[in-house]
Amino acid sequence: MIPLSWYLALAGALFCIGMYGVLARRNAIAILMGIELMLNAVNINLVAFWRYITPTQMSGQAFAIMVFAVAASEAAVGLALIISIYRSRTTVVAEEIDMLKW
Amino acid sequence: MEPLQLIFLVTGAVTLLSALMVVVSRKMVHAALWLVMTLASVSVLFVLLNAPFLAVVQVVIYIGAIATLIIFAVMLSRRSMDDRGPQTSHRWWLAGLIALALFAAIVLLVVLHPMPTAALPGAAPTEALRQLGLALVHVDGFVLPFELASVLLLAALVGAIFVARPPDADTAGGEE
Repeated sequence: MIPLSWYLALAGALFCIGMYGVLARRNAIAILMGIELMLNAVNINLVAFWRYITPTQMSGQAFAIMVFAVAASEAAVGLALIISIYRSRTTVVAEEIDMLKW
Repeated sequence: MEPLQLIFLVTGAVTLLSALMVVVSRKMVHAALWLVMTLASVSVLFVLLNAPFLAVVQVVIYIGAIATLIIFAVMLSRRSMDDRGPQTSHRWWLAGLIALALFAAIVLLVVLHPMPTAALPGAAPTEALRQLGLALVHVDGFVLPFELASVLLLAALVGAIFVARPPDADTAGGEE
């Protein structure tokens, strides 16, 4: 059998790659992609813990489904904001979107 | 049980490599396609974890909806930074350092704690699927969070349509 720690290490690595994307990329869409990677890592963790610790209760899978819904909402709203900003400023670079800064 | 471990290792390597390509590739369309690859291999992981419903949902929602949305957004905003200028901010090494430190901390925690090495015997896949469906709509289960999630999704989609509308549509369609 596959030990639980393998899944946790894989999910941790995926989360850290996503976090690097969020912190280092300048393109706002790339930042959103990093967030999707992080949410996927969390989902792997939830399902792995469900499978290895409480396979008779459905909390892990139900929580993963909530994460799916939140990820879909986040992607829709985030991309709508990016497209709207692109329309008015013709940029998707995160550090140039500073209308709220001063 | 050796074949399962081999499948896991191959899938995990594909997941991590394509995730790395998502965060380092210069062209956003390529990054989006690598993201599709990552999402597909995560769905293979869900199959390995005996969660077939989540694997299908992963394909339908993530690859079918979210990745398509991202590709559309990349296409619509393509002229602004395709290939010119650096794709990473000037302190990218700090971001890499933070990510590596977090990964080291996670691995340390996983190594230090005793973990189960084999999955507990769960219900058969069809039975588990029935239980999941019941848990999502039963009063003693997750009916309230589930309905809340659907209301959140509806609100987010209506908000997304409103935000992404072109500015001159404000006056054109508001009379009715």
